[in-house]
Amino acid sequence: MSHQVELEERFQARIDAEQKIEPKDWMPDAYRKTLVRQISQHAHSEIVGMLPEGNWITRAPSLRRKVALLAKVQDEAGHGLYLYAAAETLGVSRDELYDELHTGKAKYSSIFNYPTLSWADIGAVGWLVDGAAIMNQVPLCKCSFGPYARAMVRVCKEESFHQRQGFEIMMTLSHGSPAQKQMAQDALNRWWWPSLMMFGPNDDASPHSAQSMKWKIKRYSNDDLRQKFVDVMVEQAEVLELTIPDPDIKWNEERGHYDFGEINWEEFHNIIRGNGPCNKERLAARKDAWDQGLWVREAATAYAAKRKKKAS
Amino acid sequence: MQEYLLHLADNALILGHRLSEWCGHGPALEIDMAMTNISLDLIGQARNLYAYAAELEGQGKTEDDLAYLRDVNGFRNVLLVEQPNGDFAQTIARSFFYDSYNYFYQKALCESHDKQLAAIAEKSLKEVAYHLRWSSEWAIRLGDGTEESKQKMQAAIDDLWSFRGELLTPAAYEIEAAKAGYGVNPLEIKEEVEKKLQEILLEATLDLPADGWMHSGGKTGRHSEHLGFILAEMQFLQRAYPDSTW
Ligand SMILES: [Fe+2]
Ligand SMILES: [Fe+2]
Repeated sequence: MSHQVELEERFQARIDAEQKIEPKDWMPDAYRKTLVRQISQHAHSEIVGMLPEGNWITRAPSLRRKVALLAKVQDEAGHGLYLYAAAETLGVSRDELYDELHTGKAKYSSIFNYPTLSWADIGAVGWLVDGAAIMNQVPLCKCSFGPYARAMVRVCKEESFHQRQGFEIMMTLSHGSPAQKQMAQDALNRWWWPSLMMFGPNDDASPHSAQSMKWKIKRYSNDDLRQKFVDVMVEQAEVLELTIPDPDIKWNEERGHYDFGEINWEEFHNIIRGNGPCNKERLAARKDAWDQGLWVREAATAYAAKRKKKAS
Repeated sequence: MQEYLLHLADNALILGHRLSEWCGHGPALEIDMAMTNISLDLIGQARNLYAYAAELEGQGKTEDDLAYLRDVNGFRNVLLVEQPNGDFAQTIARSFFYDSYNYFYQKALCESHDKQLAAIAEKSLKEVAYHLRWSSEWAIRLGDGTEESKQKMQAAIDDLWSFRGELLTPAAYEIEAAKAGYGVNPLEIKEEVEKKLQEILLEATLDLPADGWMHSGGKTGRHSEHLGFILAEMQFLQRAYPDSTW
């Protein structure tokens, strides 16, 4: 028992000294579990996130936009790969993690349960959703777990590119024809609040946060990150000449931040419970792809085994 | 030359479009990413060719005018590339038939007397060499994988076989292009294409179907019903909001 305490103390001391924890190092079970949960949830979000945007690849309005969107969605697949690989260093296989996704045991970001209804949604998702992802993920580049931190460095570089691309789509639309501007405003109206929800529950309702902060998996609280996001986005919306759908947004001189309205947490929890507009479709699409791909993966395995046998 | 360029560009765009439909739904992440890569290459090739065709046409046309504002009968792609994805074996069979043809085609096109077309072909050839490697490897893997995959792969080869003929039957504009020295008559590469095909199918332990009746029409604008739906989807925004900037 005292040995355990000693190990834990040494572990915490390394974290306090900003040393990276590597897969072979000793770590508390709870630290490992928290990381597996968080990294896999993050990986699943990348993969499920391909669906709402993939939805517009065949309808992209110009060849330039089509190529950019395809490349973006492919980046997300790549992010999924890095993250599954990071999770694998903790002793869980990609197949096991998929299984948890498909059975509903593992979660993914709720934002992807909203539909992309117009081309402007591709702009809004890039601008707001990738924007919120960056706010969440930049601090993760300094996460105490080495493989996760390193994966996030690569991911963040691409995310900021996605965000610029999304902003540029919004800019083109909001300065285009009245119908296009309307399309952009409508997309902002639908994606604004869900984007704020991406930072998770308010700090007083986020029970695991303190431990994650102590382990330096998390560096800033949900509310701090959300505030930072609002501050940046209010100014970007002004440049876009679009209106954020929140009448309570107002500069607060005293706080040095923008105040904003109350989030509808009931909607948030409802979607987590599976009742969002697209929960069923998203999960079914992932499951179908996986199930229908089984014979292909089996064939690849069988062929590789035959080759190996021939070679030996 | 215009029609010839459109034929090349349309082939690339429509197959690229079909492959892009897989994005997010592939049998494994790595395969998903490979198909997206190939789709990106093909659409990139189409853009170069459309841009060139638009430049020759003058009148301030753009690549998007050519891709988004022509109707079915204006498209010059072969019927093979507009066929639906089907299951993964069908996608592989379609790609393999196209790639094994396209590789030798682009190689020959590098010799074009038209400098710009030769340059586009040279750039494409590197990409197409990878496409051919990828689809050949999958044809072999599926053919020589499990009993189930062999069955599916053979069925796909049999199914799409009748679309191969059109690839190697020259349209009038191809004959003209070859005569004028800027293009390729597919009959010139027929032997190499068939040899490659037989070699891969043999390695894949698959049967070579008998050459029977072959479809044609795409090269001259008489398409299957599928193309209309591809275009309806692809061109929707340009048609619904004409003259907009995106
Ligand atoms: Fe991502
Ligand atoms: Fe992204």
